[in-house]
Amino acid sequence: MESEDSRRLQSAASFKAFLLKSSTESHLNLYDHLTGMLLKVMDEHPPNVVDVIEDMSRDVKRAMLEEQQSSLRELPETSAAELLAEQQRSLFSRPEDADQEDELMETPLPNVSELGFYLEQAGVGLGREETQRVFLALKQLVESQALLRCRLWGKVLGTESSYIVAEAEYREGEEEEEPSLDEDETEPETEDTETDPLPQSTYKPLPEVPKEALGTGANKYVYYVCKEPGLPWVKLPSVSPAQITAARQIRKFFTGRLDNPVASYPPFPGNEANYLRAQIARISAGTQVSPQGFFQAGEEEGDEEDTSPRDSYEANPDFEGLPVTDMAESLSSWVHHVQHILQQGRCTWVNLAVKPGEDPNEEGEAEEKEEEPDEPEPEVGPPLLTPLSQDAEMFGTPPWTSKVSSTLTSQHAVAVLRSNLWPGSCAYACGKKFENIYVGWGLKYAGEGYSPLVPPLPQKEYPSGPEITEALDPSLEEEQVLKEALEEQQAAQEELQDSGDEAEEDDD
Amino acid sequence: MDSNSLYYSLELVAGSGSTLNVEQRTALQTSLVILKKNYKFHRVLFWGKILGLKEDYFIAQGRGEDELQDKKNLYSFNCMDWFLLPPATESMMEKVSKIKSRFIGDPSFVYEHIEIRRQGERDDATEEVVVNEESRLAVTVHQIDDEVSVVPRGAFVKSPHGLVQMNRSFGGLSHSEAGKLDNFLHFSEAKNLKKKSILEMGDLNPAIDFLDVLSDDIPKGSWSLQLECASKVCVLRSLLWLGLSFYHVPMTPQHGYMYIGDGIKNLDLPFML
Repeated sequence: MESEDSRRLQSAASFKAFLLKSSTESHLNLYDHLTGMLLKVMDEHPPNVVDVIEDMSRDVKRAMLEEQQSSLRELPETSAAELLAEQQRSLFSRPEDADQEDELMETPLPNVSELGFYLEQAGVGLGREETQRVFLALKQLVESQALLRCRLWGKVLGTESSYIVAEAEYREGEEEEEPSLDEDETEPETEDTETDPLPQSTYKPLPEVPKEALGTGANKYVYYVCKEPGLPWVKLPSVSPAQITAARQIRKFFTGRLDNPVASYPPFPGNEANYLRAQIARISAGTQVSPQGFFQAGEEEGDEEDTSPRDSYEANPDFEGLPVTDMAESLSSWVHHVQHILQQGRCTWVNLAVKPGEDPNEEGEAEEKEEEPDEPEPEVGPPLLTPLSQDAEMFGTPPWTSKVSSTLTSQHAVAVLRSNLWPGSCAYACGKKFENIYVGWGLKYAGEGYSPLVPPLPQKEYPSGPEITEALDPSLEEEQVLKEALEEQQAAQEELQDSGDEAEEDDD
Repeated sequence: MDSNSLYYSLELVAGSGSTLNVEQRTALQTSLVILKKNYKFHRVLFWGKILGLKEDYFIAQGRGEDELQDKKNLYSFNCMDWFLLPPATESMMEKVSKIKSRFIGDPSFVYEHIEIRRQGERDDATEEVVVNEESRLAVTVHQIDDEVSVVPRGAFVKSPHGLVQMNRSFGGLSHSEAGKLDNFLHFSEAKNLKKKSILEMGDLNPAIDFLDVLSDDIPKGSWSLQLECASKVCVLRSLLWLGLSFYHVPMTPQHGYMYIGDGIKNLDLPFML
């Protein structure tokens, strides 16, 4: 009996020794590993342990290996969140000399929390904390640029990052630096007159539509963008009609970098900052609305000719506010308060057919067409403050969708108007308060599909003339006939000359 | 997103611009609990909203035992009364693919699409396709789930029996992992797995890598990965179905996706990138 026990003990000891043998590769041994695993099971008591035992075994092995790592300590990396938090900290600092008087005056900022509340009721918004951060950033903008009035315009989403856009009024006397424009060279240099001149292009680019002055039309407001609240605001350049026309024909996502070139056909004159500004102008013109009666037309000075559309409006002090159900049901209780952008790309039409007095005569354009085209018809858009019921349908969808924000507590509900042409644009009204906002990708509804513009036909390269028209080479008989004719002519001439000489000699 | 996390996760996807107002949120919290009990779902998700011209549809999804296969979709107008959507069949999908206008907001509205095909010298063959809006809604929800639903890698495990379930020990992606599109997977039947080479398959863990990776999507660049809310949340937005947002808070198991949009696929995507 004892020998059996001792034999069993011995075989147990030898098996234990086998278990304690370290592996040649990982220097672990099974005994320690099993101990560790069972300790883990005892500590954690996972349910259905037999099903997860392999995972636990792997975890224990991994844990053992990690302890033998090198003793280099990791530098604490500042993550992106930490960097941003530092920058956003400045949003929350109050200026040292915040006088009490300042708070009583009218601030250029709107009421922050109220706007956020109403937007949330309407179902549009950026989230409570984010809205608060955005408004603090707006306050920073107003203080740093000393703006008269500032408004949150909205947010434009991009593929890499998004833009938060703020709209502000121009200060008087602000001028913009215009980059020097390169003039198109339409006259290629002529070659030496001895060799045949190269055919010259008769292409004349269409005259450029002039930009609207700052403070009028599509450039009425100036826009600032930033990527995240707390980061510095960047001013967007003013928009030109060529950019608006090009933006109407392309469909591109924004990337989030203002200096990104916009690669498209037709080529967009400018980079992403210009494209963003053009889309902002289009969206404002199309979807900024207000309850009817809130704004009234500005006083018209001077003559009462209706040649130029009204472009000024002011708040109506007698505005009472329309009931919410009316606002939600009929579209005629809303009006546009931003001028419509014409086909030309501007808000006021410019007649381009009027040529300046001296047209520099370009070389080689002998056949300049002198005919004047018929006077182009002036483009007229709907006047300011037209009600929304006049908006046209596009692709069979009505341009606006309106609803009330809540049916359960309709006494305090808000009327919400959503645009179907520019998805993401939203307006709400409640009593005397209203606001517009845009949160979206910056693209118009394109109906069934967008088909890009087809490139124009290639132009005729050069005018055909006798030097370059092809002709058949003369055949042998024709050449001989010609040669005989020439010889006859020459003979006749010589005779004449001889006779002439003889006549002269006779006269002497 | 999970109905349990509705009250805080709406803030995280609000960066896309749409959110629900307080009334709708409270109504959802109540009605989704009742829904779960009535239909005996394991989990109920608030799937999103499809915006119509007259009315908006709120969509909820109930999940059963197998998260991938047992899905049921329901719709409602006031977040209280829910109606079951029929499952999408191939014939329905084919009919709906011809219709490209906006949703109206009336489930009994009938779309008619007349297609005239000329077949050589024979008479024109006219095909009339008649679909009602409810089936169109069912097909759209199914397509969106199939094409652009997203989960982080490791959030779901496939048991050896083939059952797909939530991974209770998912601790979240790390900050660096959350910045790479490779770590996000489509939550639908895998189509590209067999095309991977054996070398790539060696690195994958069959329990968690049974779904397609987002970075294999064509065209490249159809996902926008951003850090929002002061860089705390990783947000993925789809450019193919505009309106789908996925959020994940790194180092925590919180994740979810939601679609708020007009339910139309963005077929112009190649022009826009």
